Amino acid sequence: MSEVKNGIPSSFLGSLFKIKPTKPGEVYGVPGQGDSLFISAVSGGAIIALWALATWAGWIKPLFLPSPLAIVQKFVQVATEGFANYTLFEHTWISVLRVFGALGLACISAIPVGLAMGMSRVMRGVFDPPIEFYRPVPPLAYLPLMIVWFGIGELSKVLLIFLAIFAPVAIGTRSGVRSAAIEQVHAAYSLGASPWQVLTQVILPAALPEIITATRIGMGVGWTTLVAAEMVAATSGIGFMVLSASQFLQTSTVIMGIFIIAAIAYAFDLLMRFLERKLVPWKGRA
Amino acid sequence: MGNLHVDHVTVKFPVGPHTPPVRALSDVDLEIGPGEFVVALGASGCGKSTLLNLLAGFLSPSQGKVILNGATVAGPGADRAVVFQKHALLPWLNVIDNVAFGLKLRGAGKNERYETARKHLNQLGLGAFETHPVYQLSGGMQQRVGIARALAIDPEILLMDEPLGALDALTREKAQELIIRIWKETSKMVFFITHSVEEALFMGTRLIVMSPRPGRITHTFDLVFSQRFLAGEDARAVKASQDFIKMREKVLKIIFGDEEAAGSDHV
Repeated sequence: MSEVKNGIPSSFLGSLFKIKPTKPGEVYGVPGQGDSLFISAVSGGAIIALWALATWAGWIKPLFLPSPLAIVQKFVQVATEGFANYTLFEHTWISVLRVFGALGLACISAIPVGLAMGMSRVMRGVFDPPIEFYRPVPPLAYLPLMIVWFGIGELSKVLLIFLAIFAPVAIGTRSGVRSAAIEQVHAAYSLGASPWQVLTQVILPAALPEIITATRIGMGVGWTTLVAAEMVAATSGIGFMVLSASQFLQTSTVIMGIFIIAAIAYAFDLLMRFLERKLVPWKGRA
Repeated sequence: MGNLHVDHVTVKFPVGPHTPPVRALSDVDLEIGPGEFVVALGASGCGKSTLLNLLAGFLSPSQGKVILNGATVAGPGADRAVVFQKHALLPWLNVIDNVAFGLKLRGAGKNERYETARKHLNQLGLGAFETHPVYQLSGGMQQRVGIARALAIDPEILLMDEPLGALDALTREKAQELIIRIWKETSKMVFFITHSVEEALFMGTRLIVMSPRPGRITHTFDLVFSQRFLAGEDARAVKASQDFIKMREKVLKIIFGDEEAAGSDHV
């Protein structure tokens, strides 16, 4: 039944390649234009419905996948009664402090280092080898070193997350230095700017869009490192809760913890996008 | 009232270890007197932009020197403001902060900055746009912001690097008239680069025609057309007059001659 036209079968796949008439406000031929929010809502709803159906019908044992309702019940239970001596809020709070502490440290160190690398041949030569050396190594691989060097307290946990965030922020900032057009730099000099004024009033603002993007990426990396960091003799934290619950086969707690990590990371990303619109409204327009 | 002297300047660019350096400018001697509007015209590669970069201080001469009011130019400075073709405004600042940027660099207070900036915005017909983001303005308005920004620091000379090159034909003619009027009001020295013969003849008090390989000044003409415009004659009437057309053909012949001598390798 699938008829072939111009070498493309007139199936669903074929409809992707069919050119539709342009509606008002759209531009002919732009790939993937249009709003996808409704489709995303249906897609998300369908996954949860399938999940509910699979657990309700008993296709999957609760040990492997508890029902959505069981996750909600677990959430309420941990939120009120707590898990391993801490309430859910306390677990979440300590994890947020670790990740944001590391992010703060990374920003106040990686942004100046990235700027220095972008501005100076010497600084680029100095910082390039160590950053490029450790950047591709998974944090789990140098986790033992962190413990040997910095012990099992908060320091090694925060440092591990810090290191994971540092590299992308430094590299993003460094490439952001090139965002300022040479005309902008020359204009500032011809208006009487000193090299320091060019750095702070032209190069830094021009690099801001890339710095914000780098921070967003760094934040994502930071969250993915959280669970690794809380493997180190932690007694609290969302990552600890997930790891600890998995050892007792409390699958519902594990999934609930994963949802919380995902929700906070997503909320932070929304916040960064909001900040991006407020701080760099000119992005991509000049 | 200033005076700028390019004193027998040669600029060489190194090419490679086994190739002799390219002479981007060869023994260029140019004097710009108080209130003069000098226009540079020539085929691509003739060194117009090199000359402007030299005046701005972005480039150092291999031989000779550039002297402004008796002092040798050693780098960029606020006595020589540059207006670029595009991409030179700061999109994170609104219109008035862009214009006031040079004054802020000097440490001027907010009231003083804005007062001066407003004066120049009004002069360029942008008074109603002071709080607009610059990236929302049209190309012609952005160029006017660039000119206001240069004027706001009260430089000795305005260096204009094809400032109207990216504008559409109608906007361009309006902008030419505006720049001539502003030049008359402020009586600043201007060094202006263009690719348009008509623009060059209409705007300048003196035209220098440059020629490539090595870059040098081959012809100099004194011009009266902007005076006629300022005396009240219509801009189009000036550009359509017999004198103007005769001059235009003469200059075009010189430039096309250069292109042919060079083997017309670029169009």
